[in-house]
Amino acid sequence: MKRKSIAVVGAAETTQMGKIPNVSVIGLHADAALNALADCGLKPSDIDGVATAGISPVDLAHYMGITPTYADGTSVGGCSFMLHVRHAAAAINEGLCNTVLITHGESGRSRVGAGGFGRAASSLAGQFEMPYGPAGPPTMFTVPVLRYLKARGYTVEDLAQVAVIQREWAAKNPRASYKDPITVEDVLKSDMIAWPFTKLMCCLVTDGGGALILTSAERAKDFPQKPVYILGTGESVETPMVSQMEDFTSSKAFRVSGKKAFEESGVSHADVDHLMIYDAFAHLPLYGLEDLGFCKPGEAAGFIKGRNTAPGGKLPLNTNGGGLSYMHSGMYGMYALQESVRQMRGVAPAQVPGAKISIAHGVGGMFAASGTIVFSNEAP
Amino acid sequence: MPPPRMLPEPTPETRNFWDGCKAGELRLQRCTDCDGGSYFPPRPFCPRCGSRKVEAYKASGQGVLWSYVINMRPRPDMGTEPYAIAVVKLAEGPQMMTNIVGCPQTPEALVLDMPVKVTFAPQNDDISLPFFEPAGA
Ligand SMILES: [Zn+2]
Repeated sequence: MKRKSIAVVGAAETTQMGKIPNVSVIGLHADAALNALADCGLKPSDIDGVATAGISPVDLAHYMGITPTYADGTSVGGCSFMLHVRHAAAAINEGLCNTVLITHGESGRSRVGAGGFGRAASSLAGQFEMPYGPAGPPTMFTVPVLRYLKARGYTVEDLAQVAVIQREWAAKNPRASYKDPITVEDVLKSDMIAWPFTKLMCCLVTDGGGALILTSAERAKDFPQKPVYILGTGESVETPMVSQMEDFTSSKAFRVSGKKAFEESGVSHADVDHLMIYDAFAHLPLYGLEDLGFCKPGEAAGFIKGRNTAPGGKLPLNTNGGGLSYMHSGMYGMYALQESVRQMRGVAPAQVPGAKISIAHGVGGMFAASGTIVFSNEAP
Repeated sequence: MPPPRMLPEPTPETRNFWDGCKAGELRLQRCTDCDGGSYFPPRPFCPRCGSRKVEAYKASGQGVLWSYVINMRPRPDMGTEPYAIAVVKLAEGPQMMTNIVGCPQTPEALVLDMPVKVTFAPQNDDISLPFFEPAGA
């Protein structure tokens, strides 16, 4: 994409977060959308592009009273919103539309107006994975991890350490679901879900949503909030079945998406002040640090243990507390983007002083897909 | 009564694989146009070069335990005891998800890289599932 040509001008999460039994899925989309519109002083009629996942962009446009000239229903799991940002940037640059609304809403916990899970028995996953007993992400996303630990020389304590440090960030965030400090021992002693994964190594299950509004960088200067510019973007997909990942120790989708985003943005790793890596489970930040090139293979666990990603460290990571401690409604990518925007605006609860470059990196499915966005608060 | 085990519904492109399992053969596919080697799951073309000139063949049924988790909260159709959801790396190269049978479902018994071999468990008249057991068991 054209560098620094597009900016986020509106960003907000749902009014409530966590357990929201009185709002349906579409209601969460709308609540987040209205908050984002208020954030940038626009009305639904000012929006001419829509993008969402989980529900159809048709549902969103109709419910909000929007008549778009651009609709994106890319649905590749929790990183779909990173892909929506990427596509919206291209669409605005191409003149397909001027102002794009991207929404997420999910009743992950209360399941109000939510569809079911499940895969057709005739799909490839239905034939070649489901007969062997996987019961949702905790027993699927985790399947490659024993191989990864062995190949890297990491331990289950290294996985636990990820959760411990993210809880330190969550403690600084009033909206986080869990804020009390935990130790490696606490993590290891929590309920065993799918060996070697304990409960505290797995993401939360909550209700919530978020929305973003994007427009051209040129127009962005006229909005009330400080514009957050998009420097670079990446996306890729690998496989719908975790068992068919090419390499259990590295995500091809992460590598391809991350490389593309870095190339587009022109920033170097040393330029990055703040990082979000979608943490559905405790191993994701380890894979992410390695596959994005922040750490050499085998050095990510030591990097985290050495407090480089902790409060006060040189690469603050998952500063909202992450999917492990902040919230996780199912498709968490939107919340990673929201935290990057807050950090770039300088209004995050755990603000990184002077941060100028932030990266939000998402995963979709079980290493199925990936999207990466490089943000900056410096004007083009 | 627990629900019956979730079973595959073969499609025209995978029928040969499931017929193989019923006949006690683990069938893989390979390309006759390139050196891409064996691939899985089945499809009527080579995922590496796109050629439709592919053949199914009887694989060795040998492999090693590549990775796994032990599900402590059994899916209702899988009984009441914890079980391993495993991936085996076949001698021919492809990986496949499976269950490991004939050994305790514990980290002590399930050691990465241990040799395993295929065994078929009939589920009904049409479907036999390919499981793996420790080789030499
Ligand atoms: Zn070929």
